[in-house]
Amino acid sequence: MKRFSAISLVREALRGHSRWPRQWRSPEPKPAYDVVIVGGGGHGLATAFYLADRYGVRNVAVVEKGWIGGGNTGRNTTIIRSNYLFDESARFYEHALKLWEGLSQQLNYNVMYSPRGVLMLAHNVHDVQSFKRHVHANRLNGIDNEWLSPQECKEYCPPLNIGGQMRYPILGGALQRRGGTARHDAVAWGYARAADAHGVDIIENCEVTGIRRGTSGQVEGIETTRGYIRAGKVGVVAAGNTSVVMNMAGVRLPLESFPLQALVSEPVKPAFPCVLMSNTIHAYISQSDKGELVIGAGTDAYTSYSQRGALHITNHTLDAICELAPMFRRLRMLRNWGGVVDVTPDRSPIVAKTPVPGLYLNCGWGTGGFKATPGSGDLFAWTIAKDEPHAINAPFTIERFREGVMIDEAAAAAVAH
Amino acid sequence: MLLITCPFCGPRPEIEFSYGGQAHIERPKDPMSLDDQSWAEYLYIRSNPRGIHAERWRHINGCARFFNVRRNTITDEILATYKMGESPASCSEELDLSAKGGAVR
Repeated sequence: MKRFSAISLVREALRGHSRWPRQWRSPEPKPAYDVVIVGGGGHGLATAFYLADRYGVRNVAVVEKGWIGGGNTGRNTTIIRSNYLFDESARFYEHALKLWEGLSQQLNYNVMYSPRGVLMLAHNVHDVQSFKRHVHANRLNGIDNEWLSPQECKEYCPPLNIGGQMRYPILGGALQRRGGTARHDAVAWGYARAADAHGVDIIENCEVTGIRRGTSGQVEGIETTRGYIRAGKVGVVAAGNTSVVMNMAGVRLPLESFPLQALVSEPVKPAFPCVLMSNTIHAYISQSDKGELVIGAGTDAYTSYSQRGALHITNHTLDAICELAPMFRRLRMLRNWGGVVDVTPDRSPIVAKTPVPGLYLNCGWGTGGFKATPGSGDLFAWTIAKDEPHAINAPFTIERFREGVMIDEAAAAAVAH
Repeated sequence: MLLITCPFCGPRPEIEFSYGGQAHIERPKDPMSLDDQSWAEYLYIRSNPRGIHAERWRHINGCARFFNVRRNTITDEILATYKMGESPASCSEELDLSAKGGAVR
């Protein structure tokens, strides 16, 4: 791996940027690997990187049916925060947030992590009580989160409308200053480049068509469109397509896949300083470094793998954005898209061993997986390497639905989060 | 936006309806006799197919009645709608998908 530095940048600039090497190889699949990761999104690539970098497992392949980062990793609104209510979630997301803080240095790749603050708005008495409860719970867990009055919200985010004539007036907000955004493509590319440097094979255009199991039920390998690959262990990180892949191993899951839409506006000058979220009226918004406003909506009503959703969902979100920040009313939208998000009944992920020996599962991130990418990769790599969960992801099992030990962030946030 | 044909009212836009999840999941006749695994499966495990999906919808802003829909979750095309208690109409596309080795159900 050719390291990026100020000197290498200057040298390549003088050569007209013509001699940068490929950032990762495009290898043919080998007949066998110690670990095969199914799914080349952010979580899958991060898993492969931490397996090789932290846990000494270097004979690893990542198989991806399309191109890396072409699914939800490249289709999200890039929000990073850790202000979750329950202890289990708070520990998990805070683990991820701490890794975000040093990620660019660790990967030698600028992921443009920008802790610009995430402001979550309260519009009614219930919101106020719920968010204050979040603030206190977070502080007990050592996570920063503070309550702002409407006036303080306006000072932190000047475009915000706090006028009294709003349909959903702003009664305050919860601010996590360490929250923010990162560049999603750079996260996929940075992990891919760093994993590749450790010898991980990243195999694109390689769709899994079957999971082969031995006589005692353990995983032996995967059938793919590029041939059979033997594997000691298989980690499935397939987001919206998890149910389909796990069906190949005969495992049925408490998952449903919904479309989640996002959209961007035409680029404008820097005008929006933070990430603004409103769960109650279903909108979140931030401004990218290119100047586009990045806007996220709620999920569509029905399950779908079509990677698109209905216009009335985005309309609803834009109604909310226009009321929250009236100066954007005349902005035109450039493009919108949908991702397929796998949602669990309690809206918390599953990062665990499965009933099938040698098969591991990382799924159920629903509408908010991007923020967890480094933590999810690290803990999933631990789980695969040691064949037992880390203390942080131990509660995030499949069995919790049988045992009733939910981590009910769905009830805590009252919406998809 | 989907155009959904309510078996009672005819074709109407999706915003008149609410989604009711996977269809044909029967509530166990005697829940107390079930073990935890079977009860969890009834409550939480879903097919989530990439292909033909049988699902419930409710015409909440119309006749307010529940009915069933068969929809292709890859294209969102609605193949059939039918009343509660009726059996699903046969769908030729389902056979096509199976022939291609696509994951149905």
